[in-house]
Amino acid sequence: MPTRTVILSHFEQVAKEQDKQLAPFDDNLPLLETGLDSLCLAIVVARLEDQLGVEPFSAAAAEDLPFPTTIGEFVSFYEVAAHA
Amino acid sequence: MLSLGESPNLPGCMLCTANGDVPLGLLRTNSCLDAAASSLDGRSVVVWTSGLVEAAMALVELDGIASRLVLCPPGIGPDLLAYVIETAAADVVVSDQTRPEGACTATWIGCQRELHPAYRPAPTRATEWVLLTSGTTGLPKLVVHSLASLTEAIRTEAAPSTVWSTFYDIRRFGGLQIFLRAALTGAPFLLTDVQEPVGDFLARAAACSITHISGTPSHWRTALMNPNAKLISPRYIRLSGEIADQTILNNLSAAYPEAQIVHAFASTEAGVAFEVTDCLAGFPEKYLSALNGVEMKIQNGSMRIRSGRLAMRYLNRDQASLLSSDGFVDTGDLVDLRDGRYFFMGRRDGVINIGGLKVHPEEVEAVMNRYPGVLVSLVRTRRNPITGAVVTADVALRSGETGGPELERELIGFCRASLAAHKVPAVIKFVPRLVLSETGKLIRHG
Repeated sequence: MPTRTVILSHFEQVAKEQDKQLAPFDDNLPLLETGLDSLCLAIVVARLEDQLGVEPFSAAAAEDLPFPTTIGEFVSFYEVAAHA
Repeated sequence: MLSLGESPNLPGCMLCTANGDVPLGLLRTNSCLDAAASSLDGRSVVVWTSGLVEAAMALVELDGIASRLVLCPPGIGPDLLAYVIETAAADVVVSDQTRPEGACTATWIGCQRELHPAYRPAPTRATEWVLLTSGTTGLPKLVVHSLASLTEAIRTEAAPSTVWSTFYDIRRFGGLQIFLRAALTGAPFLLTDVQEPVGDFLARAAACSITHISGTPSHWRTALMNPNAKLISPRYIRLSGEIADQTILNNLSAAYPEAQIVHAFASTEAGVAFEVTDCLAGFPEKYLSALNGVEMKIQNGSMRIRSGRLAMRYLNRDQASLLSSDGFVDTGDLVDLRDGRYFFMGRRDGVINIGGLKVHPEEVEAVMNRYPGVLVSLVRTRRNPITGAVVTADVALRSGETGGPELERELIGFCRASLAAHKVPAVIKFVPRLVLSETGKLIRHG
């Protein structure tokens, strides 16, 4: 399954669990306007770590690289990490 | 105060083991030690045995004789033994094992379950009883009690035909309490054997017709999974050492409808504080003012106890004082008042922080354990770049149940219905079983 599909399905699943209304996906949509709050994003990150085996934030923090701010950046953040 | 060996009911107490029975009354005219008990008069003695029976016999023989008896639980290897000897200023080790090479300069006295006739000197002193409890540094804390503080909660008249048993090791507080109950009331006492599988223990318990049995909620969850749990029919079941949630109380009531089910609050430092007999989790608010001989108060959310059953002090030089200036022990157990009842929330030192919000693992576990099909759960924390940490859970299912993504979603939904969002596990892992520590509690760290 493409990384993008995996990520978006976790967004949808967590939104459902937490009773959040998701905004229509668009690569330019800021993460914090997706309808998910920081706890929801934390859950998505934890589940992606289990499914994809990567958690790119720690490595990015260690190298002083910027964190993703939009859906598109979030997806490519994981795509790069998953194929590294 | 009588010494343990002088207790009038002692001859009624028999230690029932996998290798035969040992009547404790024999110790009035016999000895398990390789040296005359009188040579240990006034000495500080470490009891370091591999066997439980040997430890029990040494305690009976030396209480009232030695100035201090330090009871080592299993898991104290030669390095820690040296630490215990030094901390307790001990000059004698009583043991059924050979002296570890280079371990210590203390006098080594052998101890075995085969008794030999010996003169028993009259007890002359109130011996200090020192129990070990795990410290946060990895070194054990040495907690000073007396026979009086350890036994104050025990009524010496036993119901007829009582046979005691416990899943605990008697070299720790929870098990020692039961051993002392049996010794002071003169009841037969079934001990676990070292490394004995729970099914074998239950079969022996059934063969001995045990009537009273104690353990942690984790011990009981494990026992109820075992087909041999059906073999025993106790009249009295006692839980202690961990939070007794409503699920385990209900499961025990269903499995043993004839039994009185009691959960007790006790710790090595606080002694036995109280018992709850209504088969409901938590304890009534009125306990704060109505307990006989035990004072309780809640301060900064945690339960404090003052009574004649408290330990007196730590022997470790680097430990903070065991008692506060007003003589209370802070148990570190957090409680929450709801509808006239206090519920245990977990340990103050076990709180997880999720983005600045607190989560007590035990609160989440209690909810998950209510879900049909869940045998037991363990809540952990996992580092997370967004909120600092998230809650995760390991879940062991009842036999016949299978974990998978669908059950994970159902369980998360179940938690979401009664817990705040930050307390709901982000990830659930289904595991075949959860590991218990030697104290019979879920292992929370490492």
